[in-house]
Amino acid sequence: MSKELHIELGRRYRFAASHRLHSAQLSDDENCRIYGKCNNPYGHGHNYTVEVRFSGPVDRATGMIANLTDLDAFVNERVIEPFDHRSLHDEVLAFREVVPTTENLCVEIYERLKSFPNARLEAVRIEETSNNSFEYAGKS
Amino acid sequence: MVYLTRKVEFAASHRYHNPALSAEENRRVFGKCNNPHGHGHNYTLEVTIAGEPDPITGMVLDLKELKDILEREIMQRMDHRFLNYEVAELKAQIPTCENVARVIWNLLEAKIPQGRLHRVRLYESADLFADCYSKTVGGAS
Repeated sequence: MSKELHIELGRRYRFAASHRLHSAQLSDDENCRIYGKCNNPYGHGHNYTVEVRFSGPVDRATGMIANLTDLDAFVNERVIEPFDHRSLHDEVLAFREVVPTTENLCVEIYERLKSFPNARLEAVRIEETSNNSFEYAGKS
Repeated sequence: MVYLTRKVEFAASHRYHNPALSAEENRRVFGKCNNPHGHGHNYTLEVTIAGEPDPITGMVLDLKELKDILEREIMQRMDHRFLNYEVAELKAQIPTCENVARVIWNLLEAKIPQGRLHRVRLYESADLFADCYSKTVGGAS
């Protein structure tokens, strides 16, 4: 066994979106009890911060794990464009059946970003507010 | 195991330029970061030490000691410097966040007197950072 230095590149993005936490598998009363204010039928919104971390060899010619221009374009196309200023449960297909909690949002964003061709996705961490954050690092 | 993190900030300039590439390729790959006059950032460095608290002092590592190590090894070397020209360890490398974080790891790893260096996180801006960890490879996992 030997030790090797592992380097990750971290980048933060922001989008604003609304959501409503409501499970079709629960009664209205149960939804109201479990989700409280988040069950408001009209929804509510957050300024989300998405932090992604990628690993891979640092290219000797560029000093980079991934070129930020490529990474930003990929994340914008896959996540920011489809989610920013949207209603997650109304406008994102994945959340028609799945409750758009930030736990589930982490999983959805991870699935959308894991095919980035230039580096390996390590984790997605989302700050729903400055007090709540969630992280998903793929199936363990 | 307890993890202790100390944060320091330094300001430095840098330029991304690889002499093995043409001027045009440099501009294409590095964009604005290829400006010949360089540009600068306020870097934030978070250094995390892992260890068991000492039964007598209750400390993983005396923060004063860590502060002195960071001052000596990092701040004096990098604060208000042009990283390409003034930091010997970066001379043959592009001073990207990844490479600067790795240089910082290598400068600190052997200098930690108690506990062990667990993570170096270097923020180049609030939205861009690099993490370094030591990972065990090979053998049973």
